[in-house]
Amino acid sequence: MSERVALLVGTRKGLFVLDGDTDRKAWDVRGPLCDGWPIHDAIYDSSAGAIFAGGGSNWYGPAVWRSDDLGETWSHSSEGITYGDDAEKVATIWSLATAPGGTMYAGVEPAGLFRSGDGGSTWTHVEGLTNHPSRPEWQPGNGGLILHSIVPSRDDAGRVWVGISSVGAFETSDGGKSWSTRNKGVRAGFMPEGQQYPDFGQCVHKLVMAADGGEHLYQQNHCGVYRSTDGGKHWEEITPGLPTEFGFPMGAHPRDPKTVWTIPMTEPDAGRFMVDGHAAVYRSSDGGDTWQKATEGLPHDNAYISVLREALAVDQLDPVGVYFGTSTGQLYGSRDEGRSWSIVAENLPAIWSVEAAIVG
Amino acid sequence: MADVHLPRSLVALFPGAPRRLAASGSTVAEVIDDLEAQVPGIRNRLLDAGPTIRTHINVFVAGRRATLATPVDANSVVHVIPAVSGGSTR
Repeated sequence: MSERVALLVGTRKGLFVLDGDTDRKAWDVRGPLCDGWPIHDAIYDSSAGAIFAGGGSNWYGPAVWRSDDLGETWSHSSEGITYGDDAEKVATIWSLATAPGGTMYAGVEPAGLFRSGDGGSTWTHVEGLTNHPSRPEWQPGNGGLILHSIVPSRDDAGRVWVGISSVGAFETSDGGKSWSTRNKGVRAGFMPEGQQYPDFGQCVHKLVMAADGGEHLYQQNHCGVYRSTDGGKHWEEITPGLPTEFGFPMGAHPRDPKTVWTIPMTEPDAGRFMVDGHAAVYRSSDGGDTWQKATEGLPHDNAYISVLREALAVDQLDPVGVYFGTSTGQLYGSRDEGRSWSIVAENLPAIWSVEAAIVG
Repeated sequence: MADVHLPRSLVALFPGAPRRLAASGSTVAEVIDDLEAQVPGIRNRLLDAGPTIRTHINVFVAGRRATLATPVDANSVVHVIPAVSGGSTR
């Protein structure tokens, strides 16, 4: 079978899979899958050849769905995704990731991390994070107390970074037994003057790893965009050049560690949508020193659209394809690394996540 | 054996599972244990931590709203019904 592209689009009303060839010009839409459940994140595990989708039904609770045939048939499980019978209840799955050695991680609401060693059939609570001394002081953000970003090291199975809204970034280097805050240099502008650089409490919106992996990370935060070259021990703000400091998603180039994309939006008290109603994606090719604005093919007038934290994706092709979905159901794609754009699908339910998988 | 009726949206999650089946047990909790033996995974869809019946799931025994402790006998008719309230999303 020749190589194809599958866009995994998680929405408020089910998962959709968009099938295309590597030209990325035409797409067939399949869905809603996962029985129409709200899906916060979907990923493709190329080593298993499986799609995993995480979300939660308002009736039937949280689950991780698995398909081994690109979405034709599904199984689901939440076995072990619990804090215990006397503890708070898990509402939904927010994020999924695979790590070296076949380990899977799921981030949930209220914020916590679970691990599976059997392809999502059974899960175990990563108690070390919940036992972090800061846990009693974690406060939910506007979207809830959610663990939304999971960034496993590509070569060290014991090392993982996570991002929790209104709490910040953490890293473990011992497989989840102990965790350290990773927020130094990140501003919490909503705190009183003199208290804006706390150990935790920063509102990370999306954490991504650069192409060279290892220590090189980026984050879009409630209060700016940042890069780190030491695994998050120190962060440097790279917001200058962007029209606002607020935004949700961030994407990293699969081969160039200095190329990233973000979508600035108006501040929370000004609507959280595209600035002035002009849709634009910003790209940096120098690690965030400078930013280039791309608008070609995007709606220029009265485009009061929003893009949520998981709803920007990049594929692995050359040139790289970049995709983003809106909370009003439009999906846009670029076949030239984000310079020009076209509509891919426009009448989907509210889009919560986008992932681009190379299959076949 | 109690006569258990399951909603379409629940059996849709378990291909091949019937809408109506017989299950044993002297309480709703025990009936759900038997359902789990017949349809692996169904317990987690019906029960939350506690365990308690999920917030937006209603179980009726002989037409009356039940809890996990509600008695069930061999002649009981048990209905599992998704609450209308569960349809909302944020």
